[in-house]
Amino acid sequence: MTEIKFSEESLALAQRIISRYPEGKQKSALLPLLHLAQTEFDGWLSEDTMNYVASLLNIKPIEVYEVATFYTMYNMKPVGKCLIEVCRTGPCWLRGADDIVEHLEKKLGIKDGETTADGMFTLKTVECLGSCGTAPMLQCGADYYEDLTNEKVDTMLDKLRASDKRSSYLKSNRQEI
Amino acid sequence: MGKKLLLEHINVPGINTFDVYRKHGGYASVEKALKKMTPDEVTEEVKKSGLRGRGGAGFPAGMKWSFLDRKSDKPRYLVCNADESEPGTFKDRYLMEKIPHLLIEGMITSSYALGTKTSYIYVRGEYMYIIAILERAIEEAKAKGFLGKNILGTDYSLELYVQPGGGAYICGEETALLESLEGKRGNPRLKPPFPAVAGLYGCPTVVNNVETIATVVPIVNNGGDEYAKIGIGKSTGTKLISAGGHINKPGVYEIELGVPVEEFIYSDEYCGGIWKGRQFKACVPGGSSVPILPADLMLKTAKGEARLMTYESLADGGFATGTMLGSGGFIVMDETACVVRNLWTFERFYHHESCGQCSPCREGTGWMEKVLHRIEHGHGHMEDIDLLVDVAKKIEGNTICPLGDAAAWPVASAIRHFREEFEYHVKYPEKVKNPKHFEIEPFRSEKNLVVA
Repeated sequence: MTEIKFSEESLALAQRIISRYPEGKQKSALLPLLHLAQTEFDGWLSEDTMNYVASLLNIKPIEVYEVATFYTMYNMKPVGKCLIEVCRTGPCWLRGADDIVEHLEKKLGIKDGETTADGMFTLKTVECLGSCGTAPMLQCGADYYEDLTNEKVDTMLDKLRASDKRSSYLKSNRQEI
Repeated sequence: MGKKLLLEHINVPGINTFDVYRKHGGYASVEKALKKMTPDEVTEEVKKSGLRGRGGAGFPAGMKWSFLDRKSDKPRYLVCNADESEPGTFKDRYLMEKIPHLLIEGMITSSYALGTKTSYIYVRGEYMYIIAILERAIEEAKAKGFLGKNILGTDYSLELYVQPGGGAYICGEETALLESLEGKRGNPRLKPPFPAVAGLYGCPTVVNNVETIATVVPIVNNGGDEYAKIGIGKSTGTKLISAGGHINKPGVYEIELGVPVEEFIYSDEYCGGIWKGRQFKACVPGGSSVPILPADLMLKTAKGEARLMTYESLADGGFATGTMLGSGGFIVMDETACVVRNLWTFERFYHHESCGQCSPCREGTGWMEKVLHRIEHGHGHMEDIDLLVDVAKKIEGNTICPLGDAAAWPVASAIRHFREEFEYHVKYPEKVKNPKHFEIEPFRSEKNLVVA
């Protein structure tokens, strides 16, 4: 197993983030650092990753675990290369979110919460993403895909597969659809 | 056309950059406040404006500012609540994405009024791309001398940082937001003490919504009295409405408070009417937490007066026949929408988002979701309807934060106004097993439909 350690660039960014808070309040950097760690270490937070973040902030590992498990954006187990999160709350449902989920399930051959056999896509339904005026919509990493139709979803999937990049909330990999 | 104070220049190409924003009068409020006004004078203008918190609660912003403990020798903080997560609401995202400098300008002017040296903007984690936009704007403002040490050559210095959340609706509650900003789970705190006395790191703190902060800009530029001339009564000024659901033109609209609901829904200036030529069935006008109203009560109060887009008019009739302006997340439903299914999605949302601290909310939201699921999927019993009312009643008022109320009100109001539709689900389980049941055959109840 490779050692969990930020790249020099990420470590410098982590230090900059920590400096935003008053002295002794470095724990405030926990959420941003977890995002950074998730991006750097394959899209999820292993125990080793969380322990590493704890060591950077000089806090106890339990303080990291309790936070990481509270917030839905942190993945507690490995996910596919592209995490597809489809909003399904009321306003999106009114404009056809269920149809988009059904289409994605059929197209990818998986159910909500599952990952394709090739490890390319994980499908997840989520609650309101604040994009009700452009519903139905989904999020893949940093990118919102809005006003969706089945055709747009197909184009997006094809292009994401071709780009072969891991989705990250911190780095856009927007595909024209 | 109503007056536009926030979105006037929204479509100007390049308005997201400092130079174009500045050319259109941007950062004038910072110059005016820092060079010509004392912090207390700025606060006074905000008080005079009658501006009410735009996040949903509608508490007078100037009063909230005046509660800040100015005698404490601890540092003070201003935290902008950009954790916009109330289903139906997307106005803050629109504002931050299109005209980020308006928020940055509002943060500088407001921070000066409150005497903070460091301020934070807490943005919901899913809006990560917005954070990049805001950070770019902050850098630009800093390079031009509007942020950092000795702003515009004055004694006032300010650092402004953007903080991402992790995907938790509850962090929109101000004390949960502060916990989260401290690197903890988003569990709301018991109040008092209020953040104005003991907020971030136990220091005096003001937490304001994005739109509230942005509105400080025109208030300082034009004066609080001028702002208060817009609107009706205690609903002063303009408000951003996120319009979604079954309408022809979903989007963010800045309205002068006082526009009739009917005009807002049917006019081409705003929603452009119900889509697909269908009939208007129901509306949740202030984000998922506020009571749902059937079309007739949405357009006219129980007294028969035209319902207006104001805090007071929308609340007219109390919870029996009224609702709330809330966050301005305006969700419209046409005749094919199933009130039960919509409510089930809302309760699934609240169950998912409950922080788990208080038993009535943690358990109750789950029970309501389950009972609604079985009614909607054709497995309900008649007793389930009153069971839902009972559970909602037991959550309401019995939790540390308002999430409990927010989960209870939609249930109580949906059953109050659409009981027949719940009964239909129990009586005709085979029909409702098709998830698109009302698209096949809309549920007809004379009371709930307005013929266009």
